[in-house]
Amino acid sequence: MATTKRTVEVELSTTGLDAQGRPQRVPLAVDEGGNVLTMEAPPGIEPDLSGEHMLINMGPQHPATHGVLRLVLELDGETVVRCIPHIGYLHCGFEKIGEYRQYNQIIPWTDREDYLNSPGNNVAFALGAERLFGIEITERCKVLRVIACELSRMISHLVWLGTTCIDIGAFTPFLWAFQQREEVYEMLEMWIGARLTTSLTRVGGMGADIPDGFTEKLSAFIRGFPKVIDEIDRVITRNGIWVGRTVGLGVMSPEEAVNYGLSGPMVRASGVAYDVRKDFPYLDYETYDFDVPVGTNGDVYDRFLVRMEELRQSTRILEQAIKRLPDGPVNVDDHRVILPPKSKATSDMESMIHHFKQVMEGPRPDAGECYVAVESPKGEKGYYMVSDGSSKPVRWRIRPPSFVNLSAIPRMVEGHLLSDVIAINASIDIVMGEIDR
Amino acid sequence: MNDDGSFAPVVAGSALGAGTPASTTPKNLPHRGGTPNQSADALRQQFGTAVRRVDVVWGETTVVIDPARVHDVIRWLHDDPSQRYDYLSDVTAVEFRDLEQPIEVVWHLRSLPFRRFIRVKSLIERGAALEAPSVWDIYKGADWLERECYDMFGIRFVGHPDLRRLLMWEQYNEGFPLRKDFPLRGRFSRSEQLRQALAANPEARYSKEELSIADAFEDLPADMRRRLTAGERTGE
Repeated sequence: MATTKRTVEVELSTTGLDAQGRPQRVPLAVDEGGNVLTMEAPPGIEPDLSGEHMLINMGPQHPATHGVLRLVLELDGETVVRCIPHIGYLHCGFEKIGEYRQYNQIIPWTDREDYLNSPGNNVAFALGAERLFGIEITERCKVLRVIACELSRMISHLVWLGTTCIDIGAFTPFLWAFQQREEVYEMLEMWIGARLTTSLTRVGGMGADIPDGFTEKLSAFIRGFPKVIDEIDRVITRNGIWVGRTVGLGVMSPEEAVNYGLSGPMVRASGVAYDVRKDFPYLDYETYDFDVPVGTNGDVYDRFLVRMEELRQSTRILEQAIKRLPDGPVNVDDHRVILPPKSKATSDMESMIHHFKQVMEGPRPDAGECYVAVESPKGEKGYYMVSDGSSKPVRWRIRPPSFVNLSAIPRMVEGHLLSDVIAINASIDIVMGEIDR
Repeated sequence: MNDDGSFAPVVAGSALGAGTPASTTPKNLPHRGGTPNQSADALRQQFGTAVRRVDVVWGETTVVIDPARVHDVIRWLHDDPSQRYDYLSDVTAVEFRDLEQPIEVVWHLRSLPFRRFIRVKSLIERGAALEAPSVWDIYKGADWLERECYDMFGIRFVGHPDLRRLLMWEQYNEGFPLRKDFPLRGRFSRSEQLRQALAANPEARYSKEELSIADAFEDLPADMRRRLTAGERTGE
């Protein structure tokens, strides 16, 4: 636990200093003559340290805070009495910038908020913009977007699994998880050319159709993937250290979890079967056969189990998506939002006008507003967009799931040990890019 | 887990019986004038003229509520057994480019048992105090959402226990970034922004409250205590 310069300064200004200005350490135990006992103190003469609270600054450069999160912790011994989170170190003003960009120009920004779930964010934003435009996307596009969403859910959960294992002290599952993640990234690279910041969707369609050989690669991947999950399962699910460090930590009751606005695996681990894909479906998710795993105790261990099961359910959804992938166009036939082919833009008058209008003015939706929520790996990700009829949104609001989930961290860590803060913080699955935006 | 060891998950849509809803797509949504949420009629009956307007845009129901009654309305939506809006999705605000238009404070509520979604708005007319009631006493999740809204728009949420800046640092004095009169590049010059950013060292800062945690505050020199009480921050 790094004490910062400031913590040391507070110490200096408080307790006794010696002649050189160094803080004097209070000896743990002294005998009758005032001599320091180096052995274990006999009962009865330990100094009474109850009520002596300590201030610990955890982060923003702490490796286990998963980004630039700073927690100021009040400790009584090793027990956390109070936790005051500080965020905003990564604030970039995405929402402000969005008010100065056309709809398609915002899509690269959505990559960068929750950067483990870029394809999912792209899909969510495109769904929101399409509702403003009143565009119905094609069937093939819907299935491709489901594939994109589920692949990004796998990436996010695998990164979560790997980093949480490292936090709690297991190294091997990290390598296995990241190997699988690499395969997903290879597929995304094959599809759109980028790995992390995909910008996969456009308003009214996709940036690219899947290339030849993609579905075969995807099928091969989802055949091998459950075996890796089973392997990780065997290594840690019944591992004594893992269980001992996760069970009973950060418990949220179902009522509390809903009242705190938790979503995603956080709320499901508490036993609330709320999944946007099932309850407020989009992209025809109601026609896919998959289960929503719920936990019973709402602790860190249950959140781990829920995410493991979601990885398996994603595999099921992908299997069905490959089977039903229809032929046909990916982009809608709507020249308000989709550019005409380049060859026609230089030869056909109509196409040239559409091209000019879109590039110079940008697509303009009717005045209106919509709130579109999708189930991101972290929970309910919502985009609230308000249009006044111009080519740029008046307001583009991101409802970040891990922001709301993180706001419950004082409730979850208070009363637990300092080392449990690491496990609880890891279980929230925070991405600071999304929290600070 | 129940006391007797049995377990029954809380299922969203439990009040509706079996069946899953269909995807909402623009195909089956009219731009304006769809069927409003049942809760809108119930609100009209319960609160009468406090419900100023009911809009249905792209299938989503928006109720515009008298600012003085909005806390009562949300409380009723949360508590009433026929509504049960138990989930707060979002709290935010909208300022329009047309500066004559009022600033809107927006609450997005979900009823998980009934699978309903409603948008509650209250309008702050130009010239009126930028204030809205806090719903923190109803939904604990409103804590950071309201703080962020205050941080970005300067709207004071009356009743919030700890309304401080959240994303921007506490000493930030350029204004409220998401307001339309705030330029994209900020109010200060580039050099001034750089100077302030380099001088900030936010890691080394503790609020007075945090210093008091460690009993360090009382032990600070008297003049430092006085400066802190007057609002100055430590750590430079």
